[in-house]
Amino acid sequence: MTKRQLLMKRYIFPVVLALGLVVGSVPVQASEGGALPSAGTNVQDQASLQRGAKLFFNYCVGCHSLKYMRYERIATDLGLSEQEVMQNLNFTGAKFGETVVSHMPEDAAAKWFGKAPPDLSLEVRSKGADWVNAYLNSFYLDPSRPVGWNNTVFPNASMPFPLWELQGLQTAEMKPAKAGEDPAVEKLVLSQPGKLTPAQFQQATRDLTTFLEYASEPAALQRHHYGIWVLLFLAFFTFLAALLKKEYWKDVH
Amino acid sequence: MANVFTSIGDWVNERAPGMMPMYRKHMTEYYAPKNFNLWYYFGSLALLVLVNQIVTGIFLTMNYNPSAAGAFASVEYIMRDVEWGWLIRYMHSTGASLFFVVVFLHMFRGIMYGSYKKPRELVWLLGMLIFLALMAEAFMGYVLPWGNMSFWGAKVIISLFGTIPYIGGDLVEWIMGDFLPADATLNRFFALHVVALPIVLLLLVVLHLAALHEVGSNNPDGVEIKKGPKGNRWDALKPTDGIPFHPYYTVKDLVGVGFFLLIAAFIIFFAPTFGGWFLEHDNFIPANNLATPSHIKPVWYFTPFYAILRMIPSLFGTAVWGVLGMFGAIALLFLLPWLDRGQVKSIRYRGTGFKVALGLFVVAYIMLGAVGAGVTAEVIPAWFGNVDVTFWENLFGRLMTLVYFGFFVFLWAYTYYGWEKTKPVPERVTTHD
Repeated sequence: MTKRQLLMKRYIFPVVLALGLVVGSVPVQASEGGALPSAGTNVQDQASLQRGAKLFFNYCVGCHSLKYMRYERIATDLGLSEQEVMQNLNFTGAKFGETVVSHMPEDAAAKWFGKAPPDLSLEVRSKGADWVNAYLNSFYLDPSRPVGWNNTVFPNASMPFPLWELQGLQTAEMKPAKAGEDPAVEKLVLSQPGKLTPAQFQQATRDLTTFLEYASEPAALQRHHYGIWVLLFLAFFTFLAALLKKEYWKDVH
Repeated sequence: MANVFTSIGDWVNERAPGMMPMYRKHMTEYYAPKNFNLWYYFGSLALLVLVNQIVTGIFLTMNYNPSAAGAFASVEYIMRDVEWGWLIRYMHSTGASLFFVVVFLHMFRGIMYGSYKKPRELVWLLGMLIFLALMAEAFMGYVLPWGNMSFWGAKVIISLFGTIPYIGGDLVEWIMGDFLPADATLNRFFALHVVALPIVLLLLVVLHLAALHEVGSNNPDGVEIKKGPKGNRWDALKPTDGIPFHPYYTVKDLVGVGFFLLIAAFIIFFAPTFGGWFLEHDNFIPANNLATPSHIKPVWYFTPFYAILRMIPSLFGTAVWGVLGMFGAIALLFLLPWLDRGQVKSIRYRGTGFKVALGLFVVAYIMLGAVGAGVTAEVIPAWFGNVDVTFWENLFGRLMTLVYFGFFVFLWAYTYYGWEKTKPVPERVTTHD
């Protein structure tokens, strides 16, 4: 056996096998809820986070809490001053260090909507950014539902659609129903335009999803910030360790 | 300054004269074969991860609230309000998964090079006990965040004991301390996870290493260096092909540690949920006994055994066979030293039958993992369209279960009846890198 073949057999082969085992044991993530369009969010984009926060506090906080998220933390992470947050985002009368809790009384809300509006602190972590973004784009008028709205991503959702004045009104075109089945939605059409163009509205929901993604894991900002330095340090450490090993092992034959 | 250290050292040695000999026995005068390859990093890496789990676990305990009412919120408190809490928690959660990665590779190394064979049966048995304790530790740790998958996972796994005839129902109630996983369950799992099992694990690790250092390490050639020529640069009576563990393997393992930490840090900082494999999406929803997750499945490292459980059908009106199959899959690993009667240790000199069987065993194990994780349930309709998913999944999963158990049957027959055609084993270890 040549030295090269030996190297192949004794070294490369185990490495490839080890990598194969690691990769093989983590097959591609099973996609949750079918193929949704990518939300295209980026939590590093501070301007997007700020726009998303503004939308959240204007349209969502009336019903939904972020009970693990503090106003103070939002100010720090979004580059806003205490004054800006307290005047423009805090409509609940909470103190700066307190968490975002909606004023909606839970039991009454359960009576009004059939189900209390969920806390959104971890919505993106449990459902995924793509799901949240698609959900926000998929409301349509449906007079058969109690609140007049339905959703193609989450059929029969009990939530009315507060962003309608931005998006406009969507209605559903139904597929011809097969015998014995309920008619299914073929596509949604914008029957009455809103304040924003479709492109602007898509950006708005992307901003809102970005903010919710941030709210579900504020540490993501720190992770990305420190991560690269940790990796660089470890690469340098490994390099030094390899040199040290080489030096020590010079006399082993 | 040097004088101060020397005199402190002398002071200790006078009062505890056994300490230096012990250090020498296990470090500077433990002669390990000089031909260890990449596969030999995973033992020391497992020790590193164990230390990481204990240290980060201690800090998590300082802020975790072990009650059904407070557990979930306290984990979010750690993630958001505790200084560096997110890092500590991700180190712990990523460490748990990587623990199984290195332990699986460590065990595979043992099978590949015959490290369980005489005289190292005890080392293997203690290692298997560590594996058992680790699985219990991981299962209970997974319940503690009290997310919805924690709750339902606990419910499903504890319910397995309910299949035991006669006492099953009472046993389940006794384990949970309630009729559902509840406050009592969470409290006792916390006690076991942070006190009882770590003590057991540490004790077993000490015994595993002590047993190893009595008989000496195996190596990729499966050659006993103690039976080879004697005398090296450090000791006239010690094996020629051995080198002191410290400093040679300590500096070498340091390189492995560097590579390992690079991978670990990448996951911790850039993909801590690992796409839902290390931290599952459904576990970011608080435990809710009224809302069943759409797919209840354990974390990835339990999925092969979970698949065996699911694939074995109920017979004679009881589902206990699946449970027996699942535990049997682990029990057979304990018996490996006595099932494999081959005299040649290393895969390098073993027969083709062994190589093929081991390859199939690994494939079956990974495929069972895919079945248990629900990958096949998604892939089958995606690739083959409108087919009976349950039928094909069961067929595939049962085939893989047969291959898994078949490995042990084959290995026994192959070696017991002398069908194995081995290659000559060299007198001395061949290479080192």
